[in-house]
Amino acid sequence: MTMTVIQGVLTVAAVAIGTMLTRFLPFLVFPESKRPPRIVEYFGRVLPYAMTGLLVVYALRDTPITTGSHGAPELIACLVIVALHLWRRSMLLSIAGGTIVYMLLIQLVF
Amino acid sequence: MAERGIRTRALRAAFPLTVPIALGFLFLGCSYGMLMGAKGFSFIWPMCMSALIFAGSMEFVTVNLLLSAFNPVTAFLLALMVNARHLFYGLSMLGRFKGLGWKRAYLIFGMCDETFAINSTARIPDGVDRGWFYLWVTLLNQLYWVVGATVGGLIGGNLPFDTDGLEFVLTALFLVIFLDQWVGESAGWRGHASALIGVLASAACLAVFGPDDFMIPSLIALIILFVALRPWLDELAPDRKSADVRHGDGRCDDADHADDVSDAKEETR
Repeated sequence: MTMTVIQGVLTVAAVAIGTMLTRFLPFLVFPESKRPPRIVEYFGRVLPYAMTGLLVVYALRDTPITTGSHGAPELIACLVIVALHLWRRSMLLSIAGGTIVYMLLIQLVF
Repeated sequence: MAERGIRTRALRAAFPLTVPIALGFLFLGCSYGMLMGAKGFSFIWPMCMSALIFAGSMEFVTVNLLLSAFNPVTAFLLALMVNARHLFYGLSMLGRFKGLGWKRAYLIFGMCDETFAINSTARIPDGVDRGWFYLWVTLLNQLYWVVGATVGGLIGGNLPFDTDGLEFVLTALFLVIFLDQWVGESAGWRGHASALIGVLASAACLAVFGPDDFMIPSLIALIILFVALRPWLDELAPDRKSADVRHGDGRCDDADHADDVSDAKEETR
């Protein structure tokens, strides 16, 4: 560690405050007592869908598509998850199945 | 007594949904703690950072910040940018966190990706208190993460078995939540369109900007697309659209009207 403890604590505090600002800001701008503008309600309806989609992409962002395994383990594991989930609709089964397949693929095959 | 029953029922409804996150967070939190341990930090650091920052990717980034020159302003700005997606979570949860009293502040504090994904999509069973359900999901998830980070900080060294690829559990979680949203009755074609916009816009930005810099462009692209497509995608009270256009600023100033809209929201949840 190159910093003093105080500097380290200040750095962590700066990161914590920045993070909390992103979480609290919408609630500070649109307090409970005030009705948010219609467009904000519209965003509240469409964004959960879009953000889940974005999180899927975000989670797969480091997949090597042009090099190495070309993302084959990720693709196969995702297809397994989709198949399992459409078949049984069980969150735990789909997640466990997909993760185990992925671990086996990258440890034993690729 | 009654209050206790409410809490227990909410915990029973919430806990099963957090089990996959327990796996992912204990593992990822542990690897984060081990990383800090390997860099020479006492377990106190990952323990406090996981409790106070509670934003996984940013905590990994902070390890590097702590190892470079002291610059809290950069740290602050970096946290804002890396976590800008939380602004969207807040906008999505404005209505759902309404009227939850003291729980609300903690729910906002603890709204990480996984907690948001569950709380924004869960169909809360009848008879289960909404506030306590959200609170348990948030609290359990943070508990998993802090425990994982602390244990990792204490271990510092190697795990006895090959865990390569276990981090995929969180990818799997997001994908399953995505699928659940897709097949859910409340999605409709507008939900499908919104989901596809989310995937395609972020995938396009990922292709253009690369894995480290695509988040902010993606968020901007989403705002632009959703504003441009609002005439088609805005499903709230479509019969009142003409009235809103007349008001110009898009605000509802009629109290009854406001209640109708939140009732409609309640039903589709």
